[in-house]
Order: sequence, then structure tokens, then C-alpha cells
Amino acid sequence: MLILECPFCGIMADETELAPGGEAHVRRVGPEGSDEAFEAYLFMRRNPCGVHFELWRHAHGCGRWFIAARNTLTLEVYGTYPAQTDRPPAAIVRAIRRRVPGWEWQP
Amino acid sequence: MSEREAARLRLRRGPGLGMIALRCAPHVPGLGEALGGALGGMRGAALPERGRIVSANGGAVAWMSPDEWLLLCPRERTAGLLERLSRELAGEHHLLADVSDARAVFTLSGPGWREALARLGPADVSPAGFGAGMFRRSRLGQVAAAFWISGPDELRLFCRSSVAGYMEALLEGAARGEGPGIFDAPGA
Ligand SMILES: [Zn+2]
Repeated sequence: MLILECPFCGIMADETELAPGGEAHVRRVGPEGSDEAFEAYLFMRRNPCGVHFELWRHAHGCGRWFIAARNTLTLEVYGTYPAQTDRPPAAIVRAIRRRVPGWEWQP
Repeated sequence: MSEREAARLRLRRGPGLGMIALRCAPHVPGLGEALGGALGGMRGAALPERGRIVSANGGAVAWMSPDEWLLLCPRERTAGLLERLSRELAGEHHLLADVSDARAVFTLSGPGWREALARLGPADVSPAGFGAGMFRRSRLGQVAAAFWISGPDELRLFCRSSVAGYMEALLEGAARGEGPGIFDAPGA
């Protein structure tokens, strides 16, 4: 069972209090994008074995969207931060690198 | 329900509270004073901290999310408070709405309420994790609920009106049976 701290209300929220929103930091392809790029934006996800960023909504709590940085292999949680963030904050990157040396953020 | 069970937990629908939803930025000037004044008799501001509820004069203000508060008051005061608040927040970007009919309120009394809640949801309801002055929104069974301690051995809880029947059955079920008594005070 996954337990994530909601960065808005500070509650250690059990997975059943949350609603999943899929992969985070997916960038929308604008009107000028190619069909292939738009298709990739809509459907293609990384689904990594390792460090992963996910959107979650505190649906049974404060109702806010946030992002969780966690490891799909070890189930370790590196941290959570508001969804109004376009890249992982420095503290999260540091926390990941402590556990996965040499890890780089790939937009 | 046996007499013994009833001594541990009694469930009552109500009281029918007036509820006013307020959404605005937390830094709106005069917000705390407006809420404190609405409750009446509060010196200065009444802006509950994250995850908390402040009560005075039969009313209360609960923290719902970083930009949402819920005013609880006796039903008959709802219209007056709504008018007063919209006057005081005039000119500031905000939303005020009477949502009294949106939610159903329950009162749980007796020492068994912690155990009943623990059976129904993931929230930490141990004395160390949930105390007076806290306002917890969480999940009970299949639905969202919020609860706070309203007196000695008394808990108040609300959920959406549309699921009130479900919640009543859920709480009645959770009040049954002898629990392990893990939250009972030593020697109690
Ligand atoms: Zn939250």
C-alpha cells in the first residue's frame, strides 16, 4: 500500500484517499505540433522500471493535485510537491540522487 | 445494538448545521477578521491553520484546502452570516455559497468512536494522531467524509447528503461488536 504526503494539507495519505492521474510532467503538444508528436503526447508514456513521477489527487481530502516522485522497482518514495511545478524541485532531485547515483532528469 | 455496545458508541443524525463555503486566496486582506467577526465574540482573526478548526459561540471555521474554508453555524444564522461576509469581502475576489443542504451531519458519542472510525478508513484516529482542534477530511467506506472532535467523547462528522443513508448504515455497522479496545485509555 502506497502512502504519500499531500504537500497541501500535510496529511500522510493512504492510497485509497487518493485518485491517480498518470505520469506527471507530460508536456502538451501545441497547435503547431505534428500528428506524431500529438499522438505521443496523448498516448505514449515512459512506464519506467525505476524513478517515476506521478500525478495524484487528494480526492478524499483537500482535493488538490500533486506530484509524487517514487521508484516503481523498490517502491521507495522520494517526495511529493505541488502539481503546479514544471520540473522536479532541486530537493527532490537531490533525494533521488542520494539513492540512485548519477540519475538525471529527462524532460 | 446491545446495551454494552450502546454504552461505547451512540450514533445520532444531526444537528442540522448551517454551512457556508468560502473560497478565496488566504492572503485576502481582512479575511481572518471577517471570519472572526462572523463567528462573533472572537477577538481578532479566526483563520484556522492547515488541517484545523476553530470554534466559538456555537459556530466554527474549518480549513478545507489552501483556499477554502467552511463556516459552521446554527441554521437560522446562515443567511445573516452570508450577507455579512459578502459585505466584508466585497471588492476581493472570492466565492461564498450557502451549502447547508449539501452535507449530512452525524454526531458520535461515547468512548468507541475512535475504533469505529479506524474500522472504516485509513485516517490515523489514535489519540496521538487526531486530537481536539483538528479537522480531518478522509475516506470512510466508499465515500469522502470530514470529522472533528466537538466535545468530550463526542465526534461530529459530515458527508455528502446523497450518501447519508449509506453513511448511517456504515457507522451503525462499525459501532457493533466488541472491539479490541486499542484506543482505550489504560485502566479505563
Ligand atoms: Zn491534501
